[in-house]
Amino acid sequence: MAVTGIAPHPRPQPNPRWAAPRRPRVGVVKFSSCDGCQLTLLDMEDELLAITERFDIVEFAEATSNRSHGPFDVLLVEGSVSTADQAEEIVQLRRQATTLVSIGACATSGGIQALRNLGDDDAFRNSVYPRPEWIAALPTSKPVSDYVAVDAELYGCPISGRQLLELLTSLVVGRRPQLPDEAVCAECKRLGNTCVRVAGGVSCLGPVTRTGCGALCPSFDRGCYGCFGPREAANTVSLANWFGELGKGDAEVAREFAKFNVGAPAFRKIVERER
Amino acid sequence: MTHVAQPTETVDRTFEVGMLTRVEGEGSLTLRVHDGKVVEAHLGIFEAPRYFEHLVVGRTPDEVIDIVARICGICPVAYQMSAVHAFESLFGVEIDPAVRSLRRLFYCGEWIESHALHVYLLHAPDFLGYPSAIELARDHRAVVERALTMKRTGNKLVAMLGARPIHPLTVRVGGFSRVPARNELMAIRPALDDALETAKATVDFVRGLTAPVFEREPKLVSLRHASEYPMNDGRIVSNDGLNIPIDSWREAFEEDQVSWSNALQARTKAGEVYLLGPSARLTLNADRLHPLAAEALASLGLAEEIRRNPYWSIAARAVELVHALAEAIDIIDGYHQPDRAAAPWTARPGAAAWATEAPRGLLFHHYEVDADGLIAHAQIVPPTSQNQASIEADLTAFAPSVLGLSQAEATHQLEQLIRSYDPCISCATHFLDLRVEETDE
Repeated sequence: MAVTGIAPHPRPQPNPRWAAPRRPRVGVVKFSSCDGCQLTLLDMEDELLAITERFDIVEFAEATSNRSHGPFDVLLVEGSVSTADQAEEIVQLRRQATTLVSIGACATSGGIQALRNLGDDDAFRNSVYPRPEWIAALPTSKPVSDYVAVDAELYGCPISGRQLLELLTSLVVGRRPQLPDEAVCAECKRLGNTCVRVAGGVSCLGPVTRTGCGALCPSFDRGCYGCFGPREAANTVSLANWFGELGKGDAEVAREFAKFNVGAPAFRKIVERER
Repeated sequence: MTHVAQPTETVDRTFEVGMLTRVEGEGSLTLRVHDGKVVEAHLGIFEAPRYFEHLVVGRTPDEVIDIVARICGICPVAYQMSAVHAFESLFGVEIDPAVRSLRRLFYCGEWIESHALHVYLLHAPDFLGYPSAIELARDHRAVVERALTMKRTGNKLVAMLGARPIHPLTVRVGGFSRVPARNELMAIRPALDDALETAKATVDFVRGLTAPVFEREPKLVSLRHASEYPMNDGRIVSNDGLNIPIDSWREAFEEDQVSWSNALQARTKAGEVYLLGPSARLTLNADRLHPLAAEALASLGLAEEIRRNPYWSIAARAVELVHALAEAIDIIDGYHQPDRAAAPWTARPGAAAWATEAPRGLLFHHYEVDADGLIAHAQIVPPTSQNQASIEADLTAFAPSVLGLSQAEATHQLEQLIRSYDPCISCATHFLDLRVEETDE
């Protein structure tokens, strides 16, 4: 507000090129995985171009020939650590990243390839390759957090695009991301689905699985198979016992939990119990 | 990261790209040149193995369908389709004709999203001189937005049938866990009409591109069906007379392991390399295209270039985009919801085998099912592992013609050649690391 008689002092106008906040440098890298979680970013067709305006994507080999070894303000890491080279690389990458986020079941729990952590690695290698001695891989497939400190994790096989957007948005505005940690059941009820477990006698991991997918399986007339991994304090033992009461054998119950998050302790516990 | 060595007077030259970009997964290439001739071309694939063929042992067929999707985030539908058809064939399951149409519609969705991704986000930047579609969008925002909208329509189609575009979850032996009502499918009809126009515009866009000159006479292999453009049915055929049942891939082809790759390589039993994918499929099935796609191919006038020059695979994908969208529209217009989502079935022991046409080419699955209905053994032969030897042969043939170019341009054309196959290294097993060495040994 100008005071009468005094010309308003022109406010100093910052040079827009200097004043524009520096765009966060984002890297997207992968280890052992199917590329599906990083593809989730490219599948956000409505937001992708806006995201590339807000963020400087400096490393994303699947999408761009521009490369960077860091530093990164945000590094999204897909895939499990399953070779000696990857175990070294993640340590180097951690040093270059201010915020490191593991994305997806492989990066957060080792993926379905973590099944080999439970069994005989040689049996896996020999069953696929005629010359197993040419294959250089660790006997285990482990989550990123087993090797380095992780600042945030996005769960799911694949991750949810909505959750990825929430994470990126929260990083820009500097708040905690709002990521749900309730059971698939809670979301399923809100959607008004008939319970496939109660009404259909179908085995469903909904009670013990973290939501995030949108309760897709029961919405499409099948049981949840645990893509987003166990929610906090999941009582998997109780659910496994209930599957047993439905007439499922031990091996069958174990297989229900031996999928994309078999490396998560609450699921792994059931698989090991049945062996 | 591109390291460009300064040309020197010595005979030894090294071209190096730390990792090939705009491909799925990671691999390497080593090319040795002696007296102007390539003496060795190795496409190294050191994507860490995940042992999928062992992960499915002891599982039920429906569990296999959930698990094999995880081989590839870009083409999960293909893995689910080869598996489900293999099991249905062994178990003698008659699927409802409407379910069969929905399976084709599902595949159309995956072809649309995968081809739109490759044409515009991965491949077009090569032709136009950009490092990625992000920079391309700065200069040609409308083109990229239009492409993304078409890609989204493909993903929506997959999600409409499979609940989500990546790792869909409704495919079951006998059909689907749930099938859509007609009005659900009609809701996507306007977006398909719009995407069909974009696909036609893509054909025009491709016509304006210039590809490096390279001609060879490849052996082409794909499925061929009596009346349809091949997706999940037909026979395995080649351009030189092969014609075998869809479940009999092992009669004509075999896989072998090479020390430089974590993916097994496939050849014919006579040791020949062969090419799969959009260019092969289109060349062998041009007479099965939807009339709108046939018209697009005719207007493009590049049928011979598509057959002989791998760089023109972008044109094959553009034509297949028109086909997939036109067919998706026809399927939806003729759709009547089936009485039941899945036919009942009973497992029986034996060998379950089938091939379908993934976006990148023929994908063969072979399972042995035991008396309990569980998997005893699995063999999964992805298109990229079959194309590996063909890629190496083409690099060998093409490399001499770029040795006179600058390091950067030669390296770029070699990278572009590999990208033109749309290799899915995650499928095959992960780093494409390009190294060209000239030796005088």
